[in-house]
Amino acid sequence: MLDLKDRIFTNLYGADTWNLDAAKKRGDWDGTKEIIAKGRDWIVEEMKASGMRGRGGAGFPTGLKWSFMPKNDDGKPRYLVVNADEGEPGTCKDRDIIRNDPHKLVEGCLLAGVGLGATAGYIYIRGEFHNEANILDAAIQEAYDAGLLGKNACGASYDFDLYLHRGAGAYICGEETALIESLEGKKGQPRLKPPFPAMAGLYGRPTTVNNVETIAAAPTILRRGAAWFSSFGRENNAGTKLFCISGHVNTPCNVEESMGITLKELIERHAGGVRGGWDNLLAVIPGGSSTPVLPKHICDTAIMDFDGLREHQSGLGTAAVIVMDKSTDIVKAFARLSYFYMHESCGQCTPCREGFGWVYRVMQRMVTGDARIEEIDMLQQVTKEIEGHTICAHGDGGSWPIQGMIRHFRPELERRIQERLAAARAA
Amino acid sequence: MPKLTVDGVEVEVPAGATVLQAIEATGKEVPRFCYHDRLSIAGNCRMCLVEIKPGPPKPAASCAMPAGENMEVFTNSPMVEHARKGVMEMLLINHPLDCPICDQGGECDLQDQAMSYGGGESRYEEMKRAVPDKYMGPLVKTIMTRCIHCTRCVRFIDEIAGVPAIGALGRGGATEISTLEAGIDSELSGNIIDLCPVGALTSRPYEFVARPWELTKTESIDVMDAVGSNIRVDARGPEVLRVLPRLNEDVNEEWISDKTRFAIDGLKRQRLDTPYVRGADGRLKPTSWQAALNVVAEKLKATSPEKVAVIAGDQVDAEAMFAAKSLFEGMGVQSIDCRQDGMKIVPGTPRGGYILNEGLLGIESADRLLLIGADPRREAAVFGARIRKRWLQGGFKVGVIGKIGEQTYPTDTVTMDTAADFLAGASNSMVIVGAGALARVDGAAVLAHARSIATVNDEWCGFGVLHTAASRVAGLDLSFLPGPSGRDVNGIFEGVKSGDVETVFLLGADEIDPQDVKGAFVIYQGAVGDVGAGMADVILPGAAYTEKDGTYVNTEGRAQRAFRAVFPPGEAREDWSIFRALSEVMGAKLPFDDLANLRVQMIEKVPVLGAIDEQNRGEWGDFGQTGPISDEPFISAVQNFYMTCAVSRASPTMAKCVQEFLAVTNKEQDKAHA
Repeated sequence: MLDLKDRIFTNLYGADTWNLDAAKKRGDWDGTKEIIAKGRDWIVEEMKASGMRGRGGAGFPTGLKWSFMPKNDDGKPRYLVVNADEGEPGTCKDRDIIRNDPHKLVEGCLLAGVGLGATAGYIYIRGEFHNEANILDAAIQEAYDAGLLGKNACGASYDFDLYLHRGAGAYICGEETALIESLEGKKGQPRLKPPFPAMAGLYGRPTTVNNVETIAAAPTILRRGAAWFSSFGRENNAGTKLFCISGHVNTPCNVEESMGITLKELIERHAGGVRGGWDNLLAVIPGGSSTPVLPKHICDTAIMDFDGLREHQSGLGTAAVIVMDKSTDIVKAFARLSYFYMHESCGQCTPCREGFGWVYRVMQRMVTGDARIEEIDMLQQVTKEIEGHTICAHGDGGSWPIQGMIRHFRPELERRIQERLAAARAA
Repeated sequence: MPKLTVDGVEVEVPAGATVLQAIEATGKEVPRFCYHDRLSIAGNCRMCLVEIKPGPPKPAASCAMPAGENMEVFTNSPMVEHARKGVMEMLLINHPLDCPICDQGGECDLQDQAMSYGGGESRYEEMKRAVPDKYMGPLVKTIMTRCIHCTRCVRFIDEIAGVPAIGALGRGGATEISTLEAGIDSELSGNIIDLCPVGALTSRPYEFVARPWELTKTESIDVMDAVGSNIRVDARGPEVLRVLPRLNEDVNEEWISDKTRFAIDGLKRQRLDTPYVRGADGRLKPTSWQAALNVVAEKLKATSPEKVAVIAGDQVDAEAMFAAKSLFEGMGVQSIDCRQDGMKIVPGTPRGGYILNEGLLGIESADRLLLIGADPRREAAVFGARIRKRWLQGGFKVGVIGKIGEQTYPTDTVTMDTAADFLAGASNSMVIVGAGALARVDGAAVLAHARSIATVNDEWCGFGVLHTAASRVAGLDLSFLPGPSGRDVNGIFEGVKSGDVETVFLLGADEIDPQDVKGAFVIYQGAVGDVGAGMADVILPGAAYTEKDGTYVNTEGRAQRAFRAVFPPGEAREDWSIFRALSEVMGAKLPFDDLANLRVQMIEKVPVLGAIDEQNRGEWGDFGQTGPISDEPFISAVQNFYMTCAVSRASPTMAKCVQEFLAVTNKEQDKAHA
């Protein structure tokens, strides 16, 4: 179990107030000027050495991403964009960071800005996070008032502005290029890549988009050193991570833990165990709704990090653990998820726009068994026609849960169909 | 110049080319819906997916992927076939199976590609989506359930037509392409019908009229403006059913204006299909060719040549003007004119003084443009789009002298006095004088002033005239202009008033006030019963532009040949042959018996008319006449885009457009006056 002293998000539960004075007492904004003085390259190298992988779901090495920003300074703006459009079902970590520890994020923006050579940062916050947006806005204002942001930020001779922008309630605006489009005032639809944002992002300028948790963890990593951070977890899966445990557990919670903790330990130790005991477990979605579901026999041994879950054809995603006990109608649950992906498709690409409507309609019939056995295969093939054929990863993210369900719960699907058939024959 | 292989075939493409272009360079076909050469890349239909190595283990959209050195592209691997089949299946699940009643049937991209790449059978058993139709005005009919969301129409209207009238509302499967419940107020809106890969946007006037395989297709030239757009005329039997654009990079790219496309229903109304002679009771009576020609010949013989005048209209082919000029000059008639608007381009003007010297394409190399009383958007809509295209590329400024309508790019207000300052510092500036400015009393002074400020050197001739009449440049080339003692149009009108002109021959000239020729004996030769026919004493029915072979020279001085798509109705004849027949009755037979013969003689006299599809700068020299220029603002020669000629005035479709798009403006004007 992670020691209290090794936690990054020390005010995750809001025991203390969020504002600048309290944050400084917790260690934020300590020696920021000195870190900035170490320079851009040092920051990027330190992030690389820390082994931090992006906390937004894809797990791309953060230091490497930062190093993609063009090195030559042409005097024109370049941007850091923070993705606070937390919308992945089951995920609620960024909200708690902003709610209770916003200065971690604000300081992280400045340090990341230095690491990227950025002139300004934009935080794109989910529209529904009304209170959080107010808090973050106030935190940014506090930082400005204290001279920590703006011209000559922290007295370190670095100019950096930070803006908050509220979204309008679209899941797809959490996709980095759709987020950029939305930030520019356009309809939130993902862009074609290449060019990648590091080359042409916000307003056509080099841009790096990072998750809130990634950025908020950066100051602590830079203060305590890459070696400290990489001492947690396994090779390639270093560090600590916020886990959001929800569903059929006794005490749903957000908790910071070391990467590589087993799923069972995570649930039993922090979430009070599965409702009705471990044996009452049916399945777990380990990393937010886009990651394929794991049935109980895999959950028994699954290790919660990027590679550990990949072994089981799932993923860590945002580490939003959704626990389902045996009372769950698993087919209905996934039918509801498929509705979500249909509803949130931006409508640009054919396979995603048309395909998820199809998937949802078939899933609705699967719930009652009003289908034919071969339609299970068809459903799987349809998701394969969506996956990988779209501009952004929404096509993949909506296909994987269905594929995972068919992989592990096919007998359940077949049982419903056969039962319905039998009932029809009897009648 | 990246080198890559496509299915093992090595190909080298220019830097910046896409994988799709590289594949096409090898002669292979790539299915696509959203991709279009002239529009921005959307990459959303996903039909053009190909496998690229090295790269992630999933197919990439070839339309958006830049071709890279040493790429290996596969267009028929199992991965690609799976992707295409999948995308095609997705496209079809919500597409209605109403091909038998769809106007796009037979020329539908979706139909064609479903045949080539589709799976044959649908596995989709759920309900299909239905979408309410949207209103896009009297030209474009919508059946939005058929829409596959390629967004070509959105991008065309946004990027090329330059009016933000269409957008995508909603998201996901509920996305709908829509206008804001108003017609598309663009002169180019009809092009979205061609762009739509399915039957979602179809031609309203052509609704349920014909199937593509029933049509005879004739490649021809448009005469609705002086751009000389290359068109294809589709006809069935004696009827012209539709006009489509034909690709010509130098002239109209692949667009045509709405007037070019939709005014053709005017060809079926008010047609002059038999000769008429006005009887003693003042009424026009149908008669035979022989009788009509006799009346004309007698009248001409009885009138001394200086009392005869000939005016050619705006859509006359060069051959007809050549025949008319030969006939009347042979009789000693000097008062002939092709400038019915009174344009002040006088005999002896070098060709460089009345054409758009750098060509329509030349605007793409210009860095500054000064419009003097020219309104490209309404006078030459396709050229207007090209100016916008140039503006979008940046480093380009447009100045306007005069009161012209709103363009699709920002313009600066300039005056005659500040014109030279506006052009200062530009290396390739272009000065374009509009027909409206040249038709004024001080037209010659405007011309001289424009000449004096235009950049003209060995590499660049930044002077141009934007004509509005399809026949004008050919008329000027043929010198269809008054002889040394002849009268110009205004002189003719004065002569009619004073009694010095007794007979006026109008060759397709309809933009004339009947009061100006009142009292004269008027002979009208033309195709549509409009103003000219209304005031005529004798009507000789001619052929419309779709009914004859003819040569037209556009505003940039490019001679192009039009071809006959259908036969003229009833007794109507090709115009040159009417003059040939008249000459025989007059007893002074013209020296040609067929069109080929006529052309040989015409080209001998005016070689540029034989240089088909060639565009060159005209000879440069002195032209115009310096003098005072009135402070009165210049206005465009085209005040009503939809009705500029006898054909478009007779067109019910154009009348609907006036109602839809211009009536509102009139109402606003009334309000402003009150």
